[in-house]
Amino acid sequence: MPRPPTQLPQFSSVSDVAKRLSAAGYLTDKQIATTVFLADRLGKPLLVEGPAGTGKTELAKALAAATDAELIRLQCYEGLDEARALYEWNYKKQLLRIQASQASQDGADWETVHDDIFGEEFLLARPLLTAIRRTEPTVLLIDETDKADVEVEGLLLEVLSDFQVTIPELGTVVASRRPTVVLTSNATRELSEALKRRCLYLALDYPSAEREREIVLSRVPDLAPGLAEQLVRTIRALRALELKKSPSISETLDWAQTLLELGLDTLDEAAIGDTLGVVLKHASDQERAAAELRLN
Amino acid sequence: MTAPAAPGGLAGHLDGFVRAIRDAGIPVGISQAVDAAEILTVVDLLDREQLRHGLAAVLLQRGNQRQIYDTLFDLWWPLGDRPVVVAAEDDDGDGEAVTLDAPDSADGELDPAARLREELARLLAEGDEAELARFARRAVAMLGQTSPSPSGQSWFSYRVMRALSPDSLVSSLLEGLLAGGERGGMAEQVARGEVRERLASFKAAVDTEVRRRQADERGRDRIAKSAVRPLADQIDFLRAQQGDLAELRRMVAPLARRLAVRLSARRRQGREGRLDFRKTVRASLGTGGVPVVTHHRPRKVHKPELVVLCDISGSVAGFSHFTLMLTQALREHFSGVRAFAFVDSTDEVTRFFTPGADVADAIRRIGREADVVAFEGHSDYGNALEVFADRWPTVVGPKTSLMVLGDGRTNYRPPGLPVLADLVQRSRSAHWLNPEPRRLWGSGDSAALKYADVVDMVECRNAAQLADFVTTL
Repeated sequence: MPRPPTQLPQFSSVSDVAKRLSAAGYLTDKQIATTVFLADRLGKPLLVEGPAGTGKTELAKALAAATDAELIRLQCYEGLDEARALYEWNYKKQLLRIQASQASQDGADWETVHDDIFGEEFLLARPLLTAIRRTEPTVLLIDETDKADVEVEGLLLEVLSDFQVTIPELGTVVASRRPTVVLTSNATRELSEALKRRCLYLALDYPSAEREREIVLSRVPDLAPGLAEQLVRTIRALRALELKKSPSISETLDWAQTLLELGLDTLDEAAIGDTLGVVLKHASDQERAAAELRLN
Repeated sequence: MTAPAAPGGLAGHLDGFVRAIRDAGIPVGISQAVDAAEILTVVDLLDREQLRHGLAAVLLQRGNQRQIYDTLFDLWWPLGDRPVVVAAEDDDGDGEAVTLDAPDSADGELDPAARLREELARLLAEGDEAELARFARRAVAMLGQTSPSPSGQSWFSYRVMRALSPDSLVSSLLEGLLAGGERGGMAEQVARGEVRERLASFKAAVDTEVRRRQADERGRDRIAKSAVRPLADQIDFLRAQQGDLAELRRMVAPLARRLAVRLSARRRQGREGRLDFRKTVRASLGTGGVPVVTHHRPRKVHKPELVVLCDISGSVAGFSHFTLMLTQALREHFSGVRAFAFVDSTDEVTRFFTPGADVADAIRRIGREADVVAFEGHSDYGNALEVFADRWPTVVGPKTSLMVLGDGRTNYRPPGLPVLADLVQRSRSAHWLNPEPRRLWGSGDSAALKYADVVDMVECRNAAQLADFVTTL
């Protein structure tokens, strides 16, 4: 088996990861920093799994910013196929090329045209191929992998283990520089064992109170620390309830922003009642929260 | 590879750890074990947390395995003993600490248990996790030991808990967190939740430490076996406890969503339907007869209907709670669901499952309002099926997927096979989910095997099996 092209690790230690990611605006904890460090050291793709809104996609973006790499994103959805993920022949252009050669009458024979229309010029590179062909540092983000069909995982296996793509008409394209790969999943579907085996696994859950407070303060710096503290405690109380959709980090941040815009300086019953719609987006969740937290 | 081949040593220890994880029901392949060895060469071995998260990254494949992993990790890679014990003795003089009894027998100021209790109250109020864990270790060292029991066990967490009785600290902690604010409102609820959380984490820390001490005494393997709880998706529906139900509910919701998708879109959703030849040729006239853009007919939209027929008798109480949970979850994604419940008669219960309704509430209302019991409240499949076919003859049709949920225990009454066979015949597809293990089918009053002849019957004892069923559908 051909070894994937090697390259120098980008981080020197776990604390280096934490420092550079936080400089890129992403606060890590020990688990995240260690796993990212290992993914970089071992050259393995990183599979990040967790509920929506816990910063999975953000992590990939911060990673790209921290390593000065370009982010290439493949958004998965049901029905995603090779033509959308890997490459596609631009058949409209190919047709025009054939037409042009017929029209010009100067005897460009079939052989030439035939070779010609399967050249680089007619190839439409999709995210996976783009990421492999790039020579500059690249972070490849494969977002919501669980939404794609099982067949797509088979496709990913070749790309992720060997970092190469085979195009029948052109030959095999091998990565000259291996991209850093981040896959995310909401765990709505179990990904295949084969895919998981090739990745490092990172389960992202809601952050600890302390980390969440830091995140709020770093993202919404104008918020008073005391209010942030209150906010995070309330959010954690909401998460402890059995809700249809627990509030995520991004909703905490939205809430902090809302409180700031409204100029509220304390989070009392009235303030929560007015702004609960920012964090809880089901009517039944709101009712339950109001009852359990004794809002009225 | 860098791992040495010699037995014992670090590699041997890692191997033992990997085996323990496998024994706990987490599948770890050979390549993952090899990767784990590689991790040892990369992480800073002096940093225990780095090692913990590093190994987790290659050994685990699901979020819910983490708890088991952490328990085993604490057993296999325990914190050292020395510094803590020394510190404890520095604080508290000598011998006295170990022979200590329940706090009421000791006296006032000099009592170390009382002093520990004060410290615990302070730490809980501050809520520093690391400090709390250190404290738990010290408390176990001082209070957790007793003379060995017949099984040779001499460390117990209940001794620590009794001596410190952290639950009695709740009111003073609340006082502190509320900082003089008034009681009874939202602030108190939030603070209560927080106190609960901190107490739970203190208890967990004490348990971890006691397990470590026990492992020293009685061997790691024995403790590892008893310390590990089954994974949530392996919990038997028929034996689910109150505490498990919340966990189950969380797992059922995404499954129901997938089930709904599977049932409604059997064929894979391509982007376009069949080629519309006429339209394509017509459009090609604009480009000199070359069909540059192809046109397709839109796919026919398939509107599925799902009929759920579930047994809610006492014998399957745990399961029926779950099936109704599933029904409720299906209703939220899928407007074409009709739900019917039966014991010895059948009634439609769709109206109780409006999207957003609370499941526990719906179940109470079904017990009160639905007409599912005709005679004495033991399941009678024959009668229930007949009533169903009789009162709602048009519900099952060629577009309908029928799902029966029940154990097929008929109390030796006629099973009503022809009625079911007819329903299956009329439906587009039919499945029966049975919460009993396959080997019990057909034993006693179970007519499961007879039903299995006319309908596709699937064993569905836990959430993992339900997930399998949904995948194969």
